[in-house]
Amino acid sequence: MFRRLHEADGKAVRLTVDGRPVAAREGDSVAAALLAAGIVVCRTTPVSGAARAPYCMMGACFECLVTIDGRGNRQACLVRAEPGMAVATQVGKRELGR
Amino acid sequence: MSAAPPLKDAYELVVIGAGPAGLAAAALAATLGIDTVLFDEQPGPGGQIYRAISETPLRERRVLGEDYWHGSALVEPFRTSGAQYVPGASVWSVSRAREIGVSVGGAARLLQARHVILATGALERPCPIPGWTLPGVMTVGAAQILLKSSALAASGEVVLAGSGPLLWLLAAQYVRAGVAISAFLDTTPRGNLQAALPHLPAFLASAYFRKGLRLVREVKRRVRIVRNVAALAARGEGRLEAIVYRAADGVERQLAAEILLLHQGVVPNVNLANAIGCAHVWDERQLAFKPAVDEWGMSSIDGVAIAGDGAGISGAEAAEHRGRLAALDAAERLGRIDRVRRDRDAAPHRTSLRRAERGRAFLDALYRPAKAFRIPHDDVVVCRCEEVTARQVRESVELGCTGPNQMKAFLRCGMGPCQGRLCGLTVTELIAEARGVAPGEVGYYRLRPPIKPITLEELAGLPKTAAAVAAVER
Repeated sequence: MFRRLHEADGKAVRLTVDGRPVAAREGDSVAAALLAAGIVVCRTTPVSGAARAPYCMMGACFECLVTIDGRGNRQACLVRAEPGMAVATQVGKRELGR
Repeated sequence: MSAAPPLKDAYELVVIGAGPAGLAAAALAATLGIDTVLFDEQPGPGGQIYRAISETPLRERRVLGEDYWHGSALVEPFRTSGAQYVPGASVWSVSRAREIGVSVGGAARLLQARHVILATGALERPCPIPGWTLPGVMTVGAAQILLKSSALAASGEVVLAGSGPLLWLLAAQYVRAGVAISAFLDTTPRGNLQAALPHLPAFLASAYFRKGLRLVREVKRRVRIVRNVAALAARGEGRLEAIVYRAADGVERQLAAEILLLHQGVVPNVNLANAIGCAHVWDERQLAFKPAVDEWGMSSIDGVAIAGDGAGISGAEAAEHRGRLAALDAAERLGRIDRVRRDRDAAPHRTSLRRAERGRAFLDALYRPAKAFRIPHDDVVVCRCEEVTARQVRESVELGCTGPNQMKAFLRCGMGPCQGRLCGLTVTELIAEARGVAPGEVGYYRLRPPIKPITLEELAGLPKTAAAVAAVER
């Protein structure tokens, strides 16, 4: 899907996605970290339940909505990957209280 | 730039967007002694064109090309200018009285500006084709952002499709980085060249000509290019698996694909200007709405100027000159310089702007997107957020809807979180075609703040005066 052009660069940032460990690079957005880890789908839509993935990577399309550290509907392309971050793919609409 | 000082309640000048226009405007304004703050949504300066310019992990300069590295020349003067820089800031509202609503790190704030320069740049034009919502389908701009900020390149079966200079640029960058591209499906209509010819002399005299020719040659040597692609669809179960396309011979062909990168040019990002209430006009040459501005970038709203591609697409180099012109005008309006000095200082920027804009008319005509890729057939999803199809929009016209705002009430089309960014122009052109009128007559969504979703918690957490609290306490 997506690969790093040079593997040696940048400090590793470890986060979890749906409980699974994922290694990102310093400077990656959460959306970039998902794509680099081969995670194809980041959410399903509230309307039809269709699978969606990051589309524009610049904050315009809102396709990359995920739950980060318990807060739903975060735009993964606008949030930097930080060590220890717990990312969850989102099913349908944001749950109340998240 | 200072190290994260607290936000003040008021600024003389608020600049929104840290691309070439915003960086140039804020740097010049602050140098003229104007109390300036620049808000930007991204974590670092550069906008999309110079994305991650201060920290890109790509060390091989030739991959992105010298035009990209020019971004450093904008960031340095900005950093030393004295302008306050607030990255990760989402501006969700600007009122006519220039009260700014902004969220930084999950906390919302209101502050007052005497003058505002919007430098919100461009968005990629919507690319509504069958299957464009499938995971694995992204924009060319998205691929560039991944390349610039994370040194990530598409792998496996990669297909590029669409029309426009950015498509060629990404293809060249991928070729230089050793990324394999299965196919480049060029949807540029055959007749465009003919229409562009009257603008050829200016194009030949512009920097675009030499650079463009080199790019196209670089790509043609390594990539299979299919010209005159007239129809395109993405297929797959739950994710992209194949692309079906039809070229000039009328034969439908299928290609295996993991990643499809789409592009149909860029259009002004008008959401904020629209929500403030700035007057907009339809630009038939660029097939998009743009704010009506004067030669300094002043909009129809007092104290609100718009610089760069957000006021009409002319490219990154023009954007910085437009930023400086807007800053000089702001300085005059704020009483820092007089009109004579403003006009004198503006002269070299105007000359540079004219040079930078040379050749644009040719590019607009040559890469004018085909109707089939702007006004999709019935089954195509138009509004990705609310999953509304072109058929539904056409049916709403049959029921009597005359424009996008009436249609919203029927279909919720454009009312999802992206607030029309990915469907607005498609809807306008769909309705215009169905009614048989010009897009300018149909108009665009009337947007309202907040132009980015914010939580009730953030709104409730806004700093309140004692009087406001007393007013609601029992």
